[in-house]
Amino acid sequence: MTTLGQTLSDSATITRRNLIKVKRVPDLLVFATLSPIMFVLLFRYVFGGAIQVPGDVSYAEFLLPGIFAQTVVFGSTITGYSIAEDLQKGLIDRFRSLPMSRSAVLIGRTVADAGSNSISIAVMALTGLVVGWRIHSSVPEAIGGFLILLLFAFAISWLMALVGLLVRTPEVVNNASFIVIFPLTFVANTFVPLETFSPVLRTFAEWNPVSAVAKSARDLFGNTPAAIPVPEVWSLQNPVLYSLIWVVVILAVFVPLSVRAYRRTASR
Amino acid sequence: MDRPSVVVMTDAIVVEGLVKRFGATTALDGVDLTVAEGSVLGLLGPNGAGKTTVVRILTTLLLADEGRAEVVGLDVVRQADAVRASIGLTGQYAAVDEYLTGFENLEMVGRLYHLPKADARSRSRELLERFDLAGAADRPAKTYSGGMRRRLDIAASLIARPRVLVLDEPTTGLDPRSRLVMWEFIADLADGGTTILLTTQYLEEADRLADRMVVIDHGRVIARGTGDELKAQVGGQRLELTVRRSTDLAVAAECLRPLAVDAPRLDEQTRRLTVPVSGGVDSLAEGLRRLEGTDVEILDLGLRRPDLDDVFLTLTGHAAEENGGGTTDDETGTQVPAATGGIR
Repeated sequence: MTTLGQTLSDSATITRRNLIKVKRVPDLLVFATLSPIMFVLLFRYVFGGAIQVPGDVSYAEFLLPGIFAQTVVFGSTITGYSIAEDLQKGLIDRFRSLPMSRSAVLIGRTVADAGSNSISIAVMALTGLVVGWRIHSSVPEAIGGFLILLLFAFAISWLMALVGLLVRTPEVVNNASFIVIFPLTFVANTFVPLETFSPVLRTFAEWNPVSAVAKSARDLFGNTPAAIPVPEVWSLQNPVLYSLIWVVVILAVFVPLSVRAYRRTASR
Repeated sequence: MDRPSVVVMTDAIVVEGLVKRFGATTALDGVDLTVAEGSVLGLLGPNGAGKTTVVRILTTLLLADEGRAEVVGLDVVRQADAVRASIGLTGQYAAVDEYLTGFENLEMVGRLYHLPKADARSRSRELLERFDLAGAADRPAKTYSGGMRRRLDIAASLIARPRVLVLDEPTTGLDPRSRLVMWEFIADLADGGTTILLTTQYLEEADRLADRMVVIDHGRVIARGTGDELKAQVGGQRLELTVRRSTDLAVAAECLRPLAVDAPRLDEQTRRLTVPVSGGVDSLAEGLRRLEGTDVEILDLGLRRPDLDDVFLTLTGHAAEENGGGTTDDETGTQVPAATGGIR
């Protein structure tokens, strides 16, 4: 049996391997970052005029935390894609034939993807600053905001890891996750306040964890317009707690499921 | 082929009554085999015979439905982690990370075998040197040719000096020159005392590398023995002669009779004569000399060695190729030219 120390060192080895790829194929990161920049600019300048946020906060300030949330969630789908790719290329077989920890490949993958997500957020934050986004809170609060975003994305990575292990074809993983992730990130308060939604969509959006994550980030960056009433639902009145509960639940379910699937998987 | 055999004390691999089903398909239907410590076993069979399934069970990647398997005395299920520490696996696809350099690939695998960092590095350098990859050590594996990737893959499986090496079709898809290079590396490893289980579709490959062979088909062992024993079963080498006039067949047969180790076969329809021989190309040269003294008009003369097709034809009554598919096993590989010698 592998010890905790071994698990950590194996995971570090795999993380390093995954980050080398980011270094060798910078296009990946460039495109992963260009699309959020495009989103920032599109929403800010194309829809920005049409979407009014009541009160003292500009749309750019309202928008940015939502785009952060959407981007990191999309960013986590790469976990599923990469694992399916490793399966297809026989690398998972190689790893499974080594006397290494059974969870290290997944830990190394999700940690490396959290790393790429951090870079994406940094680039978007800089773009945001250029188009008028500002942080109005304290440094610890702002750090808390970024952490919630990354933690939630990390949890989604583990869900995606399971998808990758079960679906096995990188392209299919991509399409499948798109179907889930798109509504999850759009039927939320990411781009517009919930007041405009029809009742059914609104209920979904209110309890959608992505809304809570975006709201947490907004609150922690000081980007929540005072004029928008907080919806009368527990999830959005306690967005940080609600987000963290989701993180814990997703991890508690999908870490064991993914590790189990990894142990049993056999490429082809 | 005939390596001086070591005095064998134990079996490094023991497989007993292995059964594996995938849904309705039975991939393995009770396979037994042993590999003596320090020897090379060739596991032969056509696509879908179950070779890869045996490999996957031995290397802890797959659980058998019935039976048991031991590697260096360790049970592949109950002591899976210890088994993994004692084996090296090279699968059918060169499982190298193409974004990492050759050196980084080896170092990573070394670290995952829990070699200390310095050891992993020095061992990586050593293996890159040994497998003729030193010049490409710091290039991403993406830029490697197929042969180089396979060599890197084998190097990776050797990094922790495993006692048992499992090679699953190590030359499938390689060009003839890379295949020869690979054979030399494998022969060197065997000489160094590593126990090797090698799967292949090519009798020639097994003949060249393996001390003993096991032939499987439809998940069952259909033959086992040394290369010579197997060839004895399928009829060994023979001269094949095609003449212009069928009336010459009897003359030619009479003329070649001194070379024959078994009764020659005559086929009037195809005007072909098949003479079992034992002297290889010498028989071919001698046969040609003898025929020159006659007025037999020769269209074609060649020395043919038995290949896997012959083994299958003899043992199962069907050709190896007709056999593919069915299980989740074994990728289709490029067919190596049949091992024919002499003139055609």
